[in-house]
Amino acid sequence: MATKAFQRTYTQLQAITKATVTLNAKGVANDELATVNGKLAQVVKTKGDSVTLQVFSGTEGVPTNAEVSFHGAPPTLRVSDQLSGRFFNAYGRPIDGGPEVEGEEREVGGPSVNPYKRRQPSELIPTGIAGIDLNNTLVSGQKIPFFADPDQPYNQVMADVALRADVDKIILGGMGLSNDDYLYFRHKFESAGALDKIVSFVNTTEEPPVERLLIPDMALAAAEYFAVDKNEKVLVLLTDMTLYADALSIVSNRMDQIPSKDSMPGSLYSDLAKIYEKAVQLPDGGSITIIAVTTLNDGDITHAIPDNTGYITEGQLFLRADPDSGKVIVDPFRSLSRLKQLVQGKKTREDHAQVMNAGVRLYADAQNAKTKLENGFDLSDYDLRCLDYAKEYATRLLSIDVNITIEQMLDTAWEIFGKYFSPAETGIKQVFVDKYWKKA
Amino acid sequence: MSTTGKVTGIVSNLVTVAVDGPVAENELCYITVGGQRLLAEVIKVTGDKASVQVFESTRGLKNGDAVEFIGKMLEVTLGPGLLSGIYDGLQNNLTTMTGVFLKRGEYTDPLDREAKWEFTPIAQPGDKVVAADWLGEVKEGWLPHKIMVPFSFRGEYTVKSVAPAGSYTVDETMAVLTAPDGEDVPVTMTQKWPVKVAVRCYKEKPRPSRVMETGVRVIDTFNPIAEGGTGFIPGPFGCGKTVLQHAIAKQGDADVIVMAACGERANEVVEIFTEFPQLVDPHTGRKLMERTTIICNTSNMPVAAREASVYTAMTICEYYRAMGLKCLLLADSTSRWAQALREMSNRMEELPGQDAFPVDLSAIISNFYARAGMVVLNNGQTGAVTFIGTVSPAGGNLKEPVTESTKKAARCFYALEQNRADQKRYPAVNPIESYSKYLEYPEIQEFLQEKIERGWVDKVLKAKNIVRRGREMADQINILGDDGVPMSYHESFWKSELIDYAFLQQDAFDAIDALCPLERQRFMLELILEICDHSFEFEDFEKCRSFFKDLINTLRQMNYTEFQSPKFHEYEQQLRNHLA
Repeated sequence: MATKAFQRTYTQLQAITKATVTLNAKGVANDELATVNGKLAQVVKTKGDSVTLQVFSGTEGVPTNAEVSFHGAPPTLRVSDQLSGRFFNAYGRPIDGGPEVEGEEREVGGPSVNPYKRRQPSELIPTGIAGIDLNNTLVSGQKIPFFADPDQPYNQVMADVALRADVDKIILGGMGLSNDDYLYFRHKFESAGALDKIVSFVNTTEEPPVERLLIPDMALAAAEYFAVDKNEKVLVLLTDMTLYADALSIVSNRMDQIPSKDSMPGSLYSDLAKIYEKAVQLPDGGSITIIAVTTLNDGDITHAIPDNTGYITEGQLFLRADPDSGKVIVDPFRSLSRLKQLVQGKKTREDHAQVMNAGVRLYADAQNAKTKLENGFDLSDYDLRCLDYAKEYATRLLSIDVNITIEQMLDTAWEIFGKYFSPAETGIKQVFVDKYWKKA
Repeated sequence: MSTTGKVTGIVSNLVTVAVDGPVAENELCYITVGGQRLLAEVIKVTGDKASVQVFESTRGLKNGDAVEFIGKMLEVTLGPGLLSGIYDGLQNNLTTMTGVFLKRGEYTDPLDREAKWEFTPIAQPGDKVVAADWLGEVKEGWLPHKIMVPFSFRGEYTVKSVAPAGSYTVDETMAVLTAPDGEDVPVTMTQKWPVKVAVRCYKEKPRPSRVMETGVRVIDTFNPIAEGGTGFIPGPFGCGKTVLQHAIAKQGDADVIVMAACGERANEVVEIFTEFPQLVDPHTGRKLMERTTIICNTSNMPVAAREASVYTAMTICEYYRAMGLKCLLLADSTSRWAQALREMSNRMEELPGQDAFPVDLSAIISNFYARAGMVVLNNGQTGAVTFIGTVSPAGGNLKEPVTESTKKAARCFYALEQNRADQKRYPAVNPIESYSKYLEYPEIQEFLQEKIERGWVDKVLKAKNIVRRGREMADQINILGDDGVPMSYHESFWKSELIDYAFLQQDAFDAIDALCPLERQRFMLELILEICDHSFEFEDFEKCRSFFKDLINTLRQMNYTEFQSPKFHEYEQQLRNHLA
C-alpha cells in the first residue's frame, strides 16, 4: 500500500469484531481507506472521536495494539489501456504475474450519470440463444441477471453470451468464484483468442468474503473508463451477486444494524441499485451493459436477494432443467427482458413480438395440459398437440445449446406452429399469418 | 444570526451535528465539505445534537465540518415553466446541469428566469383577494397558467395594482397587494411552498363525481378511477406495473401529468423523455411532453431525496389544481419511498415496526394519499389531483406493511398477478380481486350512466359476474376433469375466457389496441355480453373450446383494427355469421 507523508497512525483499538475494528481517531473522512495491521479497511461510521472501520480481509490476528494508518482517500483504481487482458484482485492489484498498471488514479463507486444525459438503449445484443434472442432480447445499456440454482451452468452460458456478443470490452467481476470456475473463465477467454478485450477482477472462495464488496465498484470503474473516456461498448459480467449480498449482510450484522427481510440489511435495494444502475447508454456512443448471476435457493425468487434484484434490473433470465426435453432451458414464463420492445420488430423482423407471444402462450397451454395429465384426466386432442409442441419448442428454441440467428429462430417457430396448430389457435395477427404461415 | 453547527458523527447519509442555537424539525442546512455545500434536512433533535439526513453522498465528510442552518423547510419553486421540466427529487433542473455525471453539491434553478411570458390580468385594483385567488394568467404551452395570490398569504388582501397585459419574466412584479395590516406586498409569477405541507387554499373538497378516462379497458370499464381519486397498483416485478403506469400517463384524460420516478430504473425515465416529446396527447392533439413534468430520483440517486421526490411532485400537482386544472400524479414506486424511510429509521436506531419499517409508516402513507382529491376553488371552479401509486411488495406477497397501509388509504386497487403475467395475459390486473370503490358512489354511477348509457353499471357488474363464475367453473373442471362436469360448466368457463381475452387483455404495444376510448369500450362490452347471453348446444367440450377460440380470435382481430372501419365491420360480420 502506498504511504503518504501526512499519514496519521494510531495503535490502540477499542473494539474488534470479525469484520470491523473501532478506535479513537481525529480528522477522519467518511469512506476513507485505512490500513489495519497491514490489511485494507474502510471507514463506515464515525461518532465523536470513535471511528469504525470495515476490514476487508477479516480481522483474524488483528491485535488491540495493531497499527492503523489512514490514507486520506476512498478506494481508487488506476485506469488506462493497460488494463486490457489483465487479471486483478479485489484491490485492483495484478494476480496474473504481470506488472502494475500505470494510469490515472480514479475513485471507485463514483457518482451516477445524470438521467437526462442518458440515451435510450436501442442496440440489439444477439447471443444465438433463442431463449434469449427470441423471447427475451437483450439491448446494449441493459442490466439483467441470470436467476439460476447453483447446479445450473450459468457461468458457462454467461461466458458464451459474452464471447458471442459484439462488444469492445468485456469486464469480469468474479465474487466468490470457485477456483475451478476462475480457471474455466480464464481458459475460455484465452482459447477464444479474446483475452485482449477482457479485464477481470476476481475474488475466489479462497479469499475473505468482505473483500468481495470492492469487486463491482472496481469492475464498473474500469467499465466507465472504457465507456465514457473511450466511447466503447462494454459488457460487464458480475458473478455471483448473491455472494456479494451475503457479504453486505455480514458487515451490517457486525455493525449491529437491524436486519430486514431474510436477515439482509435494510439498504439492500439501494446497495444493489448503485451497482446495476451503472448500466447506461451514453450520448457519445459508449455503453455499459451488465449481465449478472444471482444464484437461487431451490428456485425461490421471493428471497430478498433475487426479489430486490428483480425490481432493479431490466428483467431476468431464469435457467432451469426441463425434464421433458432433457435440456437446460431459459424458462419463458419466469424470464423477461424489459427492453426487448425497443428492438423487437425494429431491429428484427416485424413478426418478432407476435411470434414470441404466441409461442409462450401455447407453451402455457401445454403446462395446463401437463397438469391435467398429472391429475389423471383424459387429454383432448388440443392438449396432446400442445404437449408435442412443448417438447419440440423446448428442444429447438428454449434450450441453451441453440446457436442460430434471430431470422432462423422466427422461421423455426412458424414451422413448429404450422406442424401442431391452426392459425386461429395461435392468435397471431392475420397479416403475419398470411405472410409467414407454414403448412405442415 | 442563523444557527450553525459542527459535524460530530457520520453513518452513511445520517449525520449528527452539534448546534449552537435553535433548529426546527425538517429545517434544512448546508454542510460544507471540500468547497462543496451538501443539502441536508433535520429529522431528529436530541439536546444540542441534531440528526440530519444528507441528500447527497457523504464521502469525504469529516467530524468538525461546518454546518449552516437556513431556517427553512424543503420548498419547491412554483411558477410558469414547470411543465415539460425534468427535475430531481429536490427540484433541481436536470437538463441544465453540466457534465455526464451528477456533481455533488450542484443545485440548479427549476425555472427559466430569462423566459418571457404573455401576461393577461384577471383581477382589478380594489378586488378583495385571498391566497390562491387568480390575479392574471399566462399561456404555458396551451394551458392557461394562473398567476395566483401566494398560498402562504394569510387573511384578506386588497389588490392595489395589476401589471397591464404584456410580456414579462417570472421575477417581475405582476401585482401589488395591500395586506390586512396595510403593508403593500409585491407579487411575482413565482412563489415557494414547503413540500411536506398540503396546500389547502380552496373552498371545499367534495367527493369525486367524474371518471378519469385512461383508455385501459380493465380500468375504465371494470374498475374506473375518479378525477381526484386515488388508486394503487401492487405487483411483483415483471407483472407490467410500469407498462400499465406509462399507458395511463400517455392516455389519461388530464391537463397536467406529473410522474415521480421514485427509486426506480433510470432507463424508464429515459423512455419517458425520449418518447413523450414524439407522442401526441389523444385528448388535445398536443405533444405529450407539453403537459408532463418528470420528478426523477432513480434508484442510484441519493436515498434521502427519494422521500422528498414524491412530496415535490404532489406539491406541483396541488399548484396546478389551484388553477382549476385536472392533474394526474403517478408515483413509481411508493415502496422505494417507504424503504428510504426504513433505511433512515434503521440508522437512527429507532425501534422497528413490522419488517423493520418505521412504526408510523401507515400514517405517513395515508396522509400523503389524502392530499389528492377534487376541490372547489374560491371562485367556484373545480380542480383535481388524481393519484396512482405503484407498490412493489417484497416477494410479490401482498401481506406486507406497504401494501397493507396503502390498501387502507387508496380507493382503487389494481392487483397485478404473477399467474396472469406468466401466461402473458396483459395487463395482468386480476379482474376479481381488483376493485374500485368509486363504482359504488351514486355520483359516479350517475356520471357513467350519463356519459356512456343508462344501465351501464349493471352491464359492468354482469360482466364481472360472468368472469367470477368462469373462475369457479375452471376450478371445478380442474378437480373433476373435462368429462366429469356438465357441458354448461365448459360454456360458462369459455364465456369468462371470452371476456378475459377479448376485453380485459389489451396490447399496450399495439398502436390501435393500446388506447380504447369509452365509446369503443361500450361497443365491445355490449357485443361480448350479447354473445354471453346466447345459450349454445355443444356435442362435446372440444367443440365448445374451438367454437369460443374462433370467437376470441375474431374479437381480438377487431381490437387490432381501427374502430368502425370497413375491416372492423367485416370482422363483426364474420362474428355474427359464426354465431348464427
